[in-house]
Amino acid sequence: MEWETVIGLEIHVQLKTQSKIFSGAAVDFGQEPNTNACAVDLALPGTLPVLNKAVIEMAVQFGLALNAEIGYRSVFERKNYFYPDLPKGYQTTQLDEPIVGQAKVKIELEDGSEKTIRLHHAHLEEDAGKSLHEDFAGKSGIDLNRAGTALIEIVSEPDMRSAEEAVAFLKKIHSIVTYLGISDGEMSQGSMRCDANVSVRPLGQEEYGTRAEIKNINSFRFVERAIGVEVERQIDLITDGGTVVQETRLYDSDKNETRPMRSKEVANDYRYFPCPDLLPVELEESYVQSLKESLPELPDAKKKRFCSDYGLSSYDAGLLTQERPVADYFEEVATECKDAKLAANWINGELSAQLNKEDLEISNSPLVAKTLGQLITRVVDGTISGKQAKQLFETLWTEGGEVNQTIEAEGLKQVSDSGAIEELVNQVIAENPQQVENFRSAPEEKQKKMFGFFVGQVMKLSQGQANPAEVNKILKVKL
Amino acid sequence: MALTPDDVAKLAELARLSIDSNHVESTTQSVSSILHLVDQLKQVDTKDVSALAHPLDITQRLRADEVSELNQRDEFQKIAPEVENGLYLVPRVVE
Repeated sequence: MEWETVIGLEIHVQLKTQSKIFSGAAVDFGQEPNTNACAVDLALPGTLPVLNKAVIEMAVQFGLALNAEIGYRSVFERKNYFYPDLPKGYQTTQLDEPIVGQAKVKIELEDGSEKTIRLHHAHLEEDAGKSLHEDFAGKSGIDLNRAGTALIEIVSEPDMRSAEEAVAFLKKIHSIVTYLGISDGEMSQGSMRCDANVSVRPLGQEEYGTRAEIKNINSFRFVERAIGVEVERQIDLITDGGTVVQETRLYDSDKNETRPMRSKEVANDYRYFPCPDLLPVELEESYVQSLKESLPELPDAKKKRFCSDYGLSSYDAGLLTQERPVADYFEEVATECKDAKLAANWINGELSAQLNKEDLEISNSPLVAKTLGQLITRVVDGTISGKQAKQLFETLWTEGGEVNQTIEAEGLKQVSDSGAIEELVNQVIAENPQQVENFRSAPEEKQKKMFGFFVGQVMKLSQGQANPAEVNKILKVKL
Repeated sequence: MALTPDDVAKLAELARLSIDSNHVESTTQSVSSILHLVDQLKQVDTKDVSALAHPLDITQRLRADEVSELNQRDEFQKIAPEVENGLYLVPRVVE
């Protein structure tokens, strides 16, 4: 039987504010436990929440970036459950009246096709603290630094049909929040987290299968893998005559499997009600309008501009605009070397391969944009060959240095002087009389193949420094 | 709407309240009488009235995004039952 996968995502994004959503404690990853947890975060009696202006601003920017409906009036609710890293006994969140409503999000897949994923809504809420279960002899240790960090939870409709689509959607959201600068989007540090609702159904069946919710997915790669193994599990289960139960499962990246969460919360009854400590938030039309006018250029618009202004292919422009630092880097290189196509090739090729290999972000690249731009300039003006450029790139990558000085120091200049090349050509012709003889007597279509031999010999003699275009030109005359 | 003693037992569990078995009956009655009051309210025609999230007709005031609370961990942990390495210790919970 052919199966169809149905996926919906819930994405939590930590907002990059200075202080928490309802308190004046600092938001700062990696600090000593509980040093950023104030009386409000600890839920000490008598404390009250005061809403952070920046949080509203960021959420509205996000909504505007997606062209979503904006909740001009939104309401905070209490979601009640007991867990020690949630000292108030409820999470302050939004339910029926969220700040961001429906939207349509366009994703692009690897084969170049496009698909629209519907956004159900996005709402504001507070993050919980962290529980540590090891090393405390029968106790759990609670760190409340993260408690009260502002989150925006982005909920999609179940519109994705493969792990690839889910990853593309997640990447799109990642790219938008980082372009807006409202989150650093670091999945490894938990500032962006993803839960996936996954179900399968026989292809062509109208109604959805029973879904399982997979939690704890903390990288783009794991999203793909976790969905993959969960789909396999569900299909195997149904094929063996079993049924999928609706439950929450954890993804274990070490074992590459999902397993049910052992949860003591029997009844998932959160008893939501409007938070009496917070008033409804109302937004003025002029406020929303001013935020709209100050939105930065977003990935889709930037991609379009890269295609039209720089003449890049849609594929190249897509790669370059996924992350804002890469796009900025590209523009600097292209401005410096004035050859956008070459700039794109170098960044998407050599540079990104090296960055991947050493697990570096482009902002930490040993080669700054200006340097790469100067390197490409020297290729464009014929000072160095493509091959020498790669050698130069490696030297600059490992040892640093200035482009022109390194070219001098490494003797990387390509020989374009026709007199010098002519000498080399003469030498090769003199040293290979038999091949010259064969070449001259061969029919034209065969000559084409044989020509390469002479080019190779000249290049070898010049130790790779001769300008290949010049060599070709002179050889053609001499032979 | 009237509650059963089972409903009350479930509510008590969700709210982490322990109710003495002698008191289940009386608690059921008092909670039911609150619900009865709600039922009476429900009879009012509210067709043209939009839902109210808050009794006051004012909207939320916002504060600037500034850090105003400095680290007072030592003070807070003085009143905690048990702490270790800066963490608050609680009876073990495992997901």
